[in-house]
Amino acid sequence: MGSNIGNTLKKYTMVIALVVIVGIFYIGTEGTILLPQNVNNLLSQNAYVFILATGMLLCILTGGNIDLSVGSVVCFVGGLGALLMSKGYNVVIAVIAMLICGILIGAWQAFWVAYINVPPFIATLAGMYAFRGLSNVILDGHVVAISNTTFLNVFGGGADCYIPDFFGGGNFNITCMLAGVIGVAIFVINELRARISAKRKGYSTTSSFAFIVKLVLVSVVVLYMAFKLAGYKGIPTSLIWIIVVVLAYHYFTTKTTMGRYLYAVGGNEKATQLSGINTKKVYFFAYTNMGFLTAIAGILTVARATNAQPTYGMFYEMDAIGACFIGGASAYGGTGSVFGAIVGALLMGVINQGMSIMGVDANYQKVVKGLVLLFAVIFDVVSKREKK
Amino acid sequence: MGDKVLKVLKENTMLIVLVAVVLFFNFTTKGMMLQPSQFNALITQNAYVYVLATGMLMCMLTGGNIDLSCGSFVCLVGVIGAKVMVEKQMPVIVGVLVMLIVGVIYGALLGAIIAYVNIPPWIATLAGFLALRGWGVALMNGASNISPLPVSFSTAFTGKLNDLLGGPVIGGVQYNMTSIVVGIIISIVAVFLLLNGRATKLKKGYQADSLLSVVVKCVVITAAIMLFAYKLSLAGGIPFALLWVAAIVVIYSFITSMTDFGRYFYTIGGNAEATRLSGIDTKKIMFIAYLNMAVLTVVSAFLTMGRFQAANSTAGTNYEMDAISACVVGGVSAYGGSGTVFGMIIGATLIGVINLGMSLMGIDANWQKVVKGVVLLGAVVFEILNNKKNAVK
Amino acid sequence: MGNIILEMKNITKEFPGVKALDNVNLVVEEGEIHALVGENGAGKSTLMNVLSGIYPYGTYTGDIVYKGEVCKFQKIKDSEEKGIVIIHQELALIPYMSIGENMFLGNEQGSKARIDWDKTYAEADKYLKTVGLAESSRTLIKDIGVGKQQLVEIAKALAKHAKLLILDEPTSSLNETDSRALLDLLLEFKKQGMTSIIISHKLNEVSYVADKITVIRDGSTIETLDKNVDDISEDRIIKGMVGREMTDRFPKRNDVHIGDIAMEVKDWTVYHPQFSERKVVDGVSMNVRKGEVVGIAGLMGAGRTELAMSIFGKAYGTNISGQLFLNGQEVQLKNIKDAIKHKLAYVTEDRKGNGLILSNPIKVNTTLANLSSLTSHRVIDKDKEYLVAEDYRDKLKTKCPTVEQNVGNLSGGNQQKVLLAKWMFANPDVLILDEPTRGIDVGAKYEIYCIINDLVAAGKSVIMISSELPEVLGMSDRIYVMNEGKMVGEMSGAEASQESIMSCILKS
Repeated sequence: MGSNIGNTLKKYTMVIALVVIVGIFYIGTEGTILLPQNVNNLLSQNAYVFILATGMLLCILTGGNIDLSVGSVVCFVGGLGALLMSKGYNVVIAVIAMLICGILIGAWQAFWVAYINVPPFIATLAGMYAFRGLSNVILDGHVVAISNTTFLNVFGGGADCYIPDFFGGGNFNITCMLAGVIGVAIFVINELRARISAKRKGYSTTSSFAFIVKLVLVSVVVLYMAFKLAGYKGIPTSLIWIIVVVLAYHYFTTKTTMGRYLYAVGGNEKATQLSGINTKKVYFFAYTNMGFLTAIAGILTVARATNAQPTYGMFYEMDAIGACFIGGASAYGGTGSVFGAIVGALLMGVINQGMSIMGVDANYQKVVKGLVLLFAVIFDVVSKREKK
Repeated sequence: MGDKVLKVLKENTMLIVLVAVVLFFNFTTKGMMLQPSQFNALITQNAYVYVLATGMLMCMLTGGNIDLSCGSFVCLVGVIGAKVMVEKQMPVIVGVLVMLIVGVIYGALLGAIIAYVNIPPWIATLAGFLALRGWGVALMNGASNISPLPVSFSTAFTGKLNDLLGGPVIGGVQYNMTSIVVGIIISIVAVFLLLNGRATKLKKGYQADSLLSVVVKCVVITAAIMLFAYKLSLAGGIPFALLWVAAIVVIYSFITSMTDFGRYFYTIGGNAEATRLSGIDTKKIMFIAYLNMAVLTVVSAFLTMGRFQAANSTAGTNYEMDAISACVVGGVSAYGGSGTVFGMIIGATLIGVINLGMSLMGIDANWQKVVKGVVLLGAVVFEILNNKKNAVK
Repeated sequence: MGNIILEMKNITKEFPGVKALDNVNLVVEEGEIHALVGENGAGKSTLMNVLSGIYPYGTYTGDIVYKGEVCKFQKIKDSEEKGIVIIHQELALIPYMSIGENMFLGNEQGSKARIDWDKTYAEADKYLKTVGLAESSRTLIKDIGVGKQQLVEIAKALAKHAKLLILDEPTSSLNETDSRALLDLLLEFKKQGMTSIIISHKLNEVSYVADKITVIRDGSTIETLDKNVDDISEDRIIKGMVGREMTDRFPKRNDVHIGDIAMEVKDWTVYHPQFSERKVVDGVSMNVRKGEVVGIAGLMGAGRTELAMSIFGKAYGTNISGQLFLNGQEVQLKNIKDAIKHKLAYVTEDRKGNGLILSNPIKVNTTLANLSSLTSHRVIDKDKEYLVAEDYRDKLKTKCPTVEQNVGNLSGGNQQKVLLAKWMFANPDVLILDEPTRGIDVGAKYEIYCIINDLVAAGKSVIMISSELPEVLGMSDRIYVMNEGKMVGEMSGAEASQESIMSCILKS
């Protein structure tokens, strides 16, 4: 029983760290940080981080490889979409164009990395500059406003888009709370069903203790968040997109072959090749996919701001990389999870928000960000060294 | 004969590209490219690149390792220095010393983290990239710059060498005699070294290049030096920035090509384990590479502050990109183990020429960024394809 | 048994400058365990790489006929589809992934878009039981020992429905008990109709399991022994393996003067750097005298390299204990530089991996271990360096256009000469050579033996670690035998024989 607790603790280190940090800021901000509006901001302001971190994780898994161009590409793709819509193009066309643009950019960089063996950081560093320049070129230095209401409503425009309360709850968004309860219920039922079926077929399962902890933890967190969100206008539309992406990629990295190959390549490339897997294709996929998710992040960014500006996307790559490493991804590849990246992103978001509320200079916030990233990686490298 | 020509071409590709690009821009700008003021601008605007790229070269040699934080560190150290010299009104020498000490401390920290704790350099320096600028700007307390810096400081880095030989005015144009004389002296020294070197080799019984190739080299080098000297003499003389760059470049060229210590950087990049088993302390060398980078970053901060006569919150932006590009375009391998100071100079000059040429042509600053990115990618791909055997993941 | 399941006909495989396989023929009957034996570099692994598709059809000549069908494999998956599965010497496992996931990597249960994890782990557990492992398939690879990892590899092969299993040195990293367990497993499989080809150095194990033994030497098939017909004792196998003329393979030594003890270790124990409870060298005591060639024989994995590297300035290992004496004085060598200063040299067994810098010129490689001797005020005298490199080129007869040539362009034999030159230039008194003639042709081998003889004639001491018994016997004044980290035998060169060396190993 003792080792069970020990194991479970180890697995959830980052979650515990998150709770502790929230606690610290709760005291530091005298409770402000957990006000409904701030919880809401935490999620919708950091939507781009969740999306980008998911994509970055896939690249990091393959061997500690990163993509430094995501910020510039977010800006470029967002600008492209804004321009198309301002010229009267249909919103569907604009969105598809943005996604295709992201995929093409991703594929371009993926080609150099996977097939020509250009070190990823150089290939993407070049992209970072090229696409920042191109963003300025297409936007001609201007701010391009987005007025297409469909686009804005669907993608969380103006930071003010929410799923309306179908139950007319006034100050408390019942739909939101209900959604949270239903979500938890579905999750719990699903897990129970899978466990019962596995036990019946005679497959081995994780310990009961770990199982219960997992159920309780997830339920509490989701219900808590739903409660807070309900206290402030309800579910922000961007959250829907975050949930879709996160669930999809969680499934992808745990249940599809390509998803597992990303881990394999990072764990031992030679062994993966000997198992008959084309490792070049795996690298190619990771970077092309990054382009795709960058496009989505671009969409959410310009929707939230209701315009596109040449300065958007600055340091986005830092946030994404930081989230992954804080969330437990290894700097040498082979380990990490979508769940971890999300926790890492939340942790960074909480730190950002907490510091802002406490009135810490924006520049010192950057210093803290940098240091947190550094220590997360040092912690990871040192702890792996000792474990061996 | 054909083989020999091909060989010369292959070894000096970037140099040939440089000449071609200069001629290209000269053509498109209707001769503006080769004006004296451009020569001057090339040096003063890009002095920092040469200095940073030298440090970056040492890091990259050890295995393609880079420093993404140098630009942000330029900002931070500039703010610190400016505070000491302007706000605290300390003598310039104190300011300079403080900046160097800060550089040593940062370099030692970075070196220790990378060499002894085994953190991948790009992560460690990425953290610095973010944290250092933030700290620097925060220290400015909302101001966008700290100025004006003491005149003695600025002129040490942006002034020009006074004409000690009484510049004549010929045909209404002011010439700087010192510049020409210095050019002549350097040319003579270069020719002497080349010829003497060859003679000594022959005397000792070693193989030496043919007299013809040595003579050709002498002629080419003298022509280049005199061209520069001439143009600079028309532009007011030798800028101090050039002296700083020349000093650093000569020192590091010497270290990398003539000392055992310098060679170890190459062998680590070539095969770190074999180097370790040959009795060389590879960790120490990695540590020194990053310590050195930090110190050189401080020097480039001097040059930057001197040029703007202030410490700016935006100082150092994109510097790491420029330094890495200069190295890569100059033939430094992205995987380590090869590359020279001379190659880096060609690379840095080429990039500087492209920047200058595009500005003269009136090309949008943003397209310039795009070109920069494309050139970087192209240079790496070219180098990898050229050396296909060495590119191993 | 009886049906021929596999025939490899006239297989020839060439690499630039080397003919690795020369008209090799192999016939394997269904349901038998067929062993491939031969010295290092004889071509066994190359032959199996051809069979498994790692060297695709077109890169070799000859035919692979499996179950009556001519096969043209382009990649590993092609051979696996036919039921031919190869387990390599270096384990192809991902440390941070579970056993179950590793087992089905590339062969996933379910579909590409939906891996059935429950089925994966259930099936994995089944196969694990078949190979005798009690672990849950959810355990991570990094959490189980090498012996068990090897069994996981076999389970992985079974999961691919292997009909013909190829095992390349399966017990090289295993201890007695695990080795025996693995061999018994193979015998179990044989009863169920599995055909196996096993490549192994461990001749006692080969005798234990094999029905037929094919001996390969220098890329050619020499003979095939049949358990039912021929004597398949280790002695008989060795005779087949080595069979070439022993005379004139090794240069004669005139004036053998053996002096005082130059280097001695007492009770030397070294632990593994990562698995810190594992002793890789266990209480070894040995010495070497001036003017003497001491051979260290043993099987792969005996710990000889680890012994040498740990002595060489702690270049390998943790928690090193024991005493080291140089010329009678006890010394503590802090690091490699210290070792070199104390006149020790270690020539690695992997010249390309960690011995030479292939992208650098010969002269740079030659001077690397003692570069400071060519400097004044840290400046390298390049002319002197050139002279030194030329000097060694002449002395060792290295074939190269100039010493400016990159080492990577040289043949194996010449690369080895450059590596030797490098350590000779460091002016050592004691040289430890680890597999000095691995992968080198006969002519170059002879030249290297001459170099070794010259070294000891000049009063130096040479310790030669080698897996080639004839070489050890032909060159050594004295021979030590190591097995599983311990010193299990010592004998003079005159009284040693292959049989006596092998019996030391077998008896331990």
